[in-house]
Amino acid sequence: MLTSVEIRRVILDRAYAAQEGHIGSALSIADIMVVLYRDVVAGRLRGKARDRVVLSKGHAALALYAALYLSGELSEGLLLEYCEDGGRLGIHPQHGIHGVEFTTGSLGQGLSFASGCALAAQLGEEQWRTFVICSDAECDEGATWEAAMFAAQRHLGRLVVVVDYNRQQAMGNTDDVIALGDLRARWEAVGWLAVDVDGHDAAALESALRLVERDGPQPLAVIAHTTFGKGVAFMERQLRWHYSSMSKEDYALAISSLGTGP
Amino acid sequence: MRAAFVGALQRLMDEDERVVLLTADLGFHVLEPLCESHPRRVINVGVAEQNMAGVAAGLAHSGRIPFIYSIATFASLRGYEFIRNGALVHGLPVRVVGIGGGFEYGAAGISHYALEDLGVMRIQPGMTVVAPADGAQAAAALRATRDVPGPVYFRIGKNDGSSLPDLGGRFRIGHVEVLRRGGDAALLVTGAIATEAADACLQLEALGVSCGLAMVACLAPVPREDIASFLGSVPVAMTVETHYIDGGLGSLTAEVIAEEGLRCRLIRAGVNSVPDRYSGSQRYMEHRFRVDAASLVKRILDAR
Repeated sequence: MLTSVEIRRVILDRAYAAQEGHIGSALSIADIMVVLYRDVVAGRLRGKARDRVVLSKGHAALALYAALYLSGELSEGLLLEYCEDGGRLGIHPQHGIHGVEFTTGSLGQGLSFASGCALAAQLGEEQWRTFVICSDAECDEGATWEAAMFAAQRHLGRLVVVVDYNRQQAMGNTDDVIALGDLRARWEAVGWLAVDVDGHDAAALESALRLVERDGPQPLAVIAHTTFGKGVAFMERQLRWHYSSMSKEDYALAISSLGTGP
Repeated sequence: MRAAFVGALQRLMDEDERVVLLTADLGFHVLEPLCESHPRRVINVGVAEQNMAGVAAGLAHSGRIPFIYSIATFASLRGYEFIRNGALVHGLPVRVVGIGGGFEYGAAGISHYALEDLGVMRIQPGMTVVAPADGAQAAAALRATRDVPGPVYFRIGKNDGSSLPDLGGRFRIGHVEVLRRGGDAALLVTGAIATEAADACLQLEALGVSCGLAMVACLAPVPREDIASFLGSVPVAMTVETHYIDGGLGSLTAEVIAEEGLRCRLIRAGVNSVPDRYSGSQRYMEHRFRVDAASLVKRILDAR
């Protein structure tokens, strides 16, 4: 079942088995992915008019794979291919499997791809929605703002970006690298309807994401205030868990801390 | 060439509802007829080539055939990684239209000279690369590539005046068009500079040099067999392009000569340094880099 504990368990299991990192980034968006896949796009992921989900912060792919797996959209066999030689699930998502619309990994591209999907829906008078999950540091990329201004100009009201505002990036705190300040105000300034939300509060996330159903002309930016490494106490806000993989002891401690955190 | 290409694109948009034209705020006094006839499907994305390439991938992913339009250097280089990670990686039918190859923007300077567009595009597996000689061939190339499932790059000449009547608008994917055969030397040319190469051939003929001419409007897929067959037993070949000598037609031809074990010597006429810190017209720059007809004639004569 797709719950905030189970998605974290799958993330930790696969990361440990593959001895790969990016764990903190995946844990950061775990609750966003639970709400998105359980409450918003469930039952709408098949066929030409499916909802599109684009994981622009591709390095958090484990959260995407885990959400797809736990919602029955990705088989266990496929999940076990994660980082295997010749496997279809890499550290970053690659297209060609159900549930992955675009290969990502180069930051700042997903919103443009998604804007194209949303524009196609608008041109064809189709009903699908397009959801993009961006990192906060992707707001360093100029192209993110090219896409943001374009989407607002074209009234892509069925386009939603969720910004994972955990205030950390690869080499430090965003405030110390490129300070982003009030991200809601920034997205509003380029014409989006933007809301601040606790990125670990399922009810608040669902309410925010459901604003897409209001059928307005503005695209929707959900600024999700999150904690890097959320749910595994010793990883929270710890920069090393951007890249590090877990030792046997780390893994045991991480699993035991699931569901017991604040 | 540009007017003919845009005219052909208009007909394509008339026929095919899937076609969408995105421009990065260029095409003033050129694209207006398309804006009028297809206002919903011609979209100015603003001065934002990266996003244009990304949006195109999203559109193509959802069943559209987007053309993205800008000056060749901006169209090819500014959004290159978006083209790579978007249309190329996903095998999507995005059409990248780069206007004005080489020195066609004259005194506008280095920022406006596309001198590596063909090279950066042709090294990507799955990219079809087209650089026609004139309007008729550009229109033919647009028709011929209509159903190519992956991306296509078009280097389209800005000027509408010149044409290569002998070519008769022929274009085939993966082939060259041979305009004349000669036993003493052979020219291979790509893009709008073809008229200079054709002129050079005529001048050489008058001087008693039998010089062949092949128009290489399709650089990828590589017209390998055609080039090998055209060069045959010719002792000296010269490639002609308004492009850096590395990466474009010269490199492509060198690869074919080496891999096919041909015995001909190769001269690569093209741009061999960064044209920076001086200004000049297209004609001046082409002469300075010795790709105008008179220079080409001299280079062939010197090589014999």
